[in-house]
Amino acid sequence: MAVISYREALRAAMREELKRDENVVIMGEEVAQFNGAYKVTEGLLKEFGPKRVVDTPISEAGFIGLGIGASMLGIRPVMELMFWSFSYVAFDQVVNNAGNIRYMSGGLINCPIVIRGPANGGTNVGATHSHTPEAILASHPGIKVVCPATPYDAKGLMKAAIRDNDPVYVMENTILYNDKGEVPDEDYIVPIGVADIKREGTDLTIVAHGRAVITSLKAAEILEKEHGVSVEVVDLRSIRPLDEETILASVRKTHRALLVEENKPFCGVDAQIAYLIQARAFDELDAPIGRVSSIDAPQIYSKKLEDLQLPYPARVVEAALKILA
Amino acid sequence: MAKNAVITHPESLKRPAGPSEYAKDPVNASLTKADKIALYTKMARVRHFEQRCIRTYQQGKIGGFLHLYVGQEAVAAGTISLLGKFDHIITGYRDHAHGLLVGMNMKECMAELTGKVTGCSKGKGGSMHYFAPDKNYWGGHGIVGGQAPLGTGLAYAVKYRGQKGSCLTYMGDGAINQGAVHEAYNLAALWDLPIIFVIENNGYSMGTSQERSTAHPGCLAKRAEGYNMAWDVVNGHDVYEVRAKTAIALKRAHEESKPTILEIFTYRYFGHSMSDPDKTYRDKEEVKGYRETKDPVFLFEKELLNEGVLTKELVESINAAAMEEADAAAAFADESPEPTVADITKHIYWEEDNRGPKTTSRGTIIFE
Ligand SMILES: Cc1ncc(C[n+]2csc(CCOP(=O)(O)OP(=O)(O)O)c2C)c(N)n1
Ligand SMILES: [Mg+2]
Repeated sequence: MAVISYREALRAAMREELKRDENVVIMGEEVAQFNGAYKVTEGLLKEFGPKRVVDTPISEAGFIGLGIGASMLGIRPVMELMFWSFSYVAFDQVVNNAGNIRYMSGGLINCPIVIRGPANGGTNVGATHSHTPEAILASHPGIKVVCPATPYDAKGLMKAAIRDNDPVYVMENTILYNDKGEVPDEDYIVPIGVADIKREGTDLTIVAHGRAVITSLKAAEILEKEHGVSVEVVDLRSIRPLDEETILASVRKTHRALLVEENKPFCGVDAQIAYLIQARAFDELDAPIGRVSSIDAPQIYSKKLEDLQLPYPARVVEAALKILA
Repeated sequence: MAKNAVITHPESLKRPAGPSEYAKDPVNASLTKADKIALYTKMARVRHFEQRCIRTYQQGKIGGFLHLYVGQEAVAAGTISLLGKFDHIITGYRDHAHGLLVGMNMKECMAELTGKVTGCSKGKGGSMHYFAPDKNYWGGHGIVGGQAPLGTGLAYAVKYRGQKGSCLTYMGDGAINQGAVHEAYNLAALWDLPIIFVIENNGYSMGTSQERSTAHPGCLAKRAEGYNMAWDVVNGHDVYEVRAKTAIALKRAHEESKPTILEIFTYRYFGHSMSDPDKTYRDKEEVKGYRETKDPVFLFEKELLNEGVLTKELVESINAAAMEEADAAAAFADESPEPTVADITKHIYWEEDNRGPKTTSRGTIIFE
């Protein structure tokens, strides 16, 4: 096991897949010569050359669409969006084309494309650059969406995504890029659609994804130390497919659920999960389901305020105590 | 590098910079001494504001992205200096200069960068999202090319209301490869809209040189021909030339209600944003060359010294005052309060901010 950063884990996954499969191509703005706006693809151009690692103009609709088209012929493009916020100018390609072609062709065609990049707030860049579209995109059948929270999951999910035969959208987080964690030296994948218990507990289940997992783990620590509460943290890892059984099993064990995400509340991922829990484990609940999400407004620029707009440990603790009261 | 690209630079850029051949253009000849000093002062203010921003950024008071305009001053200054009551502007994220030039003050601009409630967008927009609709300035847009259709819409509204006006829609050389820009071009030409698309061609989109981003990199404005639109190329280091050529396009907008693409050649001295170390895609010599031989502020200063409009003393006092103004803006930003948590949910909906007896909607509009 080596301790590497989330960024390095993503890069290692791409490097290994570039080596394993000659159909894998990395494409995006500034990914090659500039080594990536966030340095995720650093060194890949040097190692694999310009046929495999390709800089594009600022034409998201064009190059994402091109990637989808190429994937129909068996290329495995791994497309970087400098920010997932920029997927909005390519929405027709991302949703209508990648998500529907297999269905509309009656299963004749598939699109093994990966689109990846950061999707997070918290970096003081204002509303246009802080979107978290995992719920919006996961609401479209035909698309898979994963949100790794740790270096281990980042590498394993990225490799699984590249080998997957459907469109997989990997939502990273710039704030996590420098986080370090243990990652196996040997080849492994994290299967898409399998949640992970990041911390075991008996009194309360927190369900989270992406950076909200890290926030929830911090909150769980405080809850145990200061309030003697044993919290289980379920990391979804994958939004669609959604590992319903792991969520339900945890709720059946703790009988209380708090859902934490960095999305805005309306139609967030957790709205679906709350429905799931009440539909399939209603009798198991000892308290109403709680939710913590970002304050419902476009992302504010002001750094201090943005930190308060997003879920932070104290807010999660407060919401947990309310459920436990 | 695309093959057989014919570089269509403005004639004046092919020669070493000297006295402007556009000084006698009617639009410049008609400027009074005071007008010229004011124009120079505006350019100097932009430069000093941006340079003061660097310090504030390095002090850790500005987060996120900070895109500086240093080196490009003549583009915004020259074009905006011609605008009248019904002329509007809109641009991308490199937007501070445009704001200052339409008359926003340094204080509100600096306070926005530090996320204070006294900022022009109350700390909600940040560097990339300045707005001053009272000064016909419609932003400040973070998504590359996203402002092009908006500018087209502003021009449409001007025409619709029967006003003799226009919209200057600024974008970078990288932005022209966004689909939305092409759709905007077509609409503008199809509907004869009074718009000027100003391509601020500084040679790079982030770390990508124009040759690596654009087929037929020789001339970006020429794409206008595909839309039956007028176009021109402009030396953006010479504010007189910027004014002269913009005036023609503006006349076309005002009198014929026709669009134009102006490609203005310019150069940015600093990295794409403060987070760009600026080490991989261009060499220091290139930057130095521009700074030393094509600096738009310095060239205009020289021009006006030669004309006898400026004196050394005046230059010094103008620059000192601009620096002082920028320092005062930084102090103002320091002293200003942060927005509060309650501010986060303000300004999302007009309806919510204006609740009253006439409000009919009863549904939840902001969720917990
Ligand atoms: C749709 C979209 N894609 C990518 C970006 C990231 N980005 C911001 S500025 C920029 C370069 C733009 O260059 P150019 O248009 O030449 O303008 P300049 O920065 O030189 O003024 C890029 C890629 C973005 N903001 N929006
Ligand atoms: Mg540029």
